[in-house]
Amino acid sequence: MNLVDTLQFALGSLRGSRTRTLLMILAMSIGVASVVVLTGLGEGARRYVVDQFSSLGTNLVIVLPGRTETAGIGPGMLLGQIPRELSLDDAQDLLRSRYIRRIAPLTVGSSQISQGALNREVVVLGSTGDLLTIRHMELGQGQFLPAGDVHSSESVCVLGAKIRRELFGQEQAIGAWVRLGDRRFRVIGVMASQGESMGFNTDEIVIVPVASAHMLFNTSGLFRILVEAKSREAIEPAKRDAEEILLRRHNGERDVTVITQDAVLATFDRVLRALTLAVGGIAAISLAVAGILIMNVMLIAVSQRIREIGLLKALGAPAAQIRNLFFAEAILLSGIGSVVGLILGEAGVLLIGKIYPSLPVSAPWWAVLAAIGTSLGTGILFSVWPARRAAQLDPVMALARS
Amino acid sequence: MIQLDKVSRSFIVGDQEVAALRGIDLNIAAGDYVSIMGPSGSGKSTLLNLIGLLDRPSSGTYKLDGGNVTDLNDEQQARVRSEKIGFVFQAFHLVPRLTAAMNIELPLILAGISPTERKARVVKLLENYGLTDRADHRPDQLSGGQRQRVAIARATSMHPAVLLADEPTGNLDQTTGKEVMNLLEQLVVQHVALIVVTHDPVIGGRAQRQLHMVDGQIISETGQVVGRAMPAETERRAEPDLR
Repeated sequence: MNLVDTLQFALGSLRGSRTRTLLMILAMSIGVASVVVLTGLGEGARRYVVDQFSSLGTNLVIVLPGRTETAGIGPGMLLGQIPRELSLDDAQDLLRSRYIRRIAPLTVGSSQISQGALNREVVVLGSTGDLLTIRHMELGQGQFLPAGDVHSSESVCVLGAKIRRELFGQEQAIGAWVRLGDRRFRVIGVMASQGESMGFNTDEIVIVPVASAHMLFNTSGLFRILVEAKSREAIEPAKRDAEEILLRRHNGERDVTVITQDAVLATFDRVLRALTLAVGGIAAISLAVAGILIMNVMLIAVSQRIREIGLLKALGAPAAQIRNLFFAEAILLSGIGSVVGLILGEAGVLLIGKIYPSLPVSAPWWAVLAAIGTSLGTGILFSVWPARRAAQLDPVMALARS
Repeated sequence: MIQLDKVSRSFIVGDQEVAALRGIDLNIAAGDYVSIMGPSGSGKSTLLNLIGLLDRPSSGTYKLDGGNVTDLNDEQQARVRSEKIGFVFQAFHLVPRLTAAMNIELPLILAGISPTERKARVVKLLENYGLTDRADHRPDQLSGGQRQRVAIARATSMHPAVLLADEPTGNLDQTTGKEVMNLLEQLVVQHVALIVVTHDPVIGGRAQRQLHMVDGQIISETGQVVGRAMPAETERRAEPDLR
């Protein structure tokens, strides 16, 4: 009996008991579909986070004042002091590294902004012209902060889209003057509306030159220095260079923390991948349950078809052939179940993608393979026993059964 | 062709050993028409199962076509069954979900014969047994006589040397029973060894060789319609399983 005949015969007996077959395929396909959908969701969450991170900038290295490693907390940090501030000159000096393309120092504070009778509290960002490029921000109208001397405290500002709307409404904002704290700034640009990314809403900020921000808040320290390395490969050397330059400038004291975006990203990536695996694993349990169901139904099938098995033996089918017939049934069941489940799962993923367009859901290829593998595997594994039972039936007894 | 030499078969029932066959010596040649008769529990079905290689003797040897088939393993025996032995049962044993044509085709599929030859043989068999217009009917759409004709067509599809029939007319009325017997007897002309187990003396009486069994032994063999009077009233049921 060749393979085609075996499959055809098995298909025939599956068709012979339609309800049973449909139920089995349903159980199997629900298992496969849940693996596909759940890993798709997990993978979607992972890609969402990765995308968000990438939108912050590419090849990003971030310098923070103070050390935040476990062993490095000094008594000063507990009191809220930072051993040494990051200065604008520190930032400027980083450009000496040949791995660093551009930098943007960052100062953050909050202040009252007013225009005419309107006023509100805003987050003020002090930076330089390169911030736009490094952070992948988009300008709506006018221009961004001028390039040039970082120490020059020009009284110009760029408004977030929402701030502009609230202060100016339909009026022209470019060229107008606003008051920030006790200084007056001329509006030279408006940011494009971008919404929130990684908990930071660029629509509700005001950006001024970093030196102006220092004067406004009466400080000289930096909140962060954003560094863009020249390429992906240059990220690590850029990080080393930044550490070294700042070490030298700070008289040999390691009092800054340099993190790479990649490192943060990798951590998120690992966490979310583990999560996806865990969720997929839970879904795979339903596949195992479906496998046990297959075994149960196959055992029933063996006892229901006991006369047929006896007949096949009398007609000259050796034990191995009977076993193969039952194997073929199990493989067909789990195979069809896998395909149906895959279609259901992908449809589910598509549906979720339609409902939450911002979530890039799609099941990873390894999960799809694993789901199909598990379903076929359990199908075959759990049909071993029923198939053996059928093969070992005594034909005389089987035929005498009425 | 069939040589049984001191063949015995016993079963363990509970903690007792029950002998179903005791030292059977039997020779059957190609083209022989043999009926086996006897009361319930006399061992006729067990003997038929042994000849059909569905069962193994506890002792003694069984030679088929000169070769000792007692020592063959299960797979080899299955092959012999496929190639040399055909079965016709009282309960027909057709696969309910398959059409008449597909039931006839079954042994050919199991033997791995190519689809084109299979189709040709099935068409011919359907024709020979007058089933051409019933080819696509399932067993539950066929009459008893038609079902048994399908079963005979199936049993002969591999051109067996031996045809074993266990109460082939047991589930049929007299007229169709006679028709079925006529069909089986045609095979004898084609040099098939036909062995019929029955407790109906009329059916059994048609055979050239009539074996009478009692208590697992062949007590008489006659070529004429003589034999012992059978207590027919106790014999309407199929023989109960000994195990």
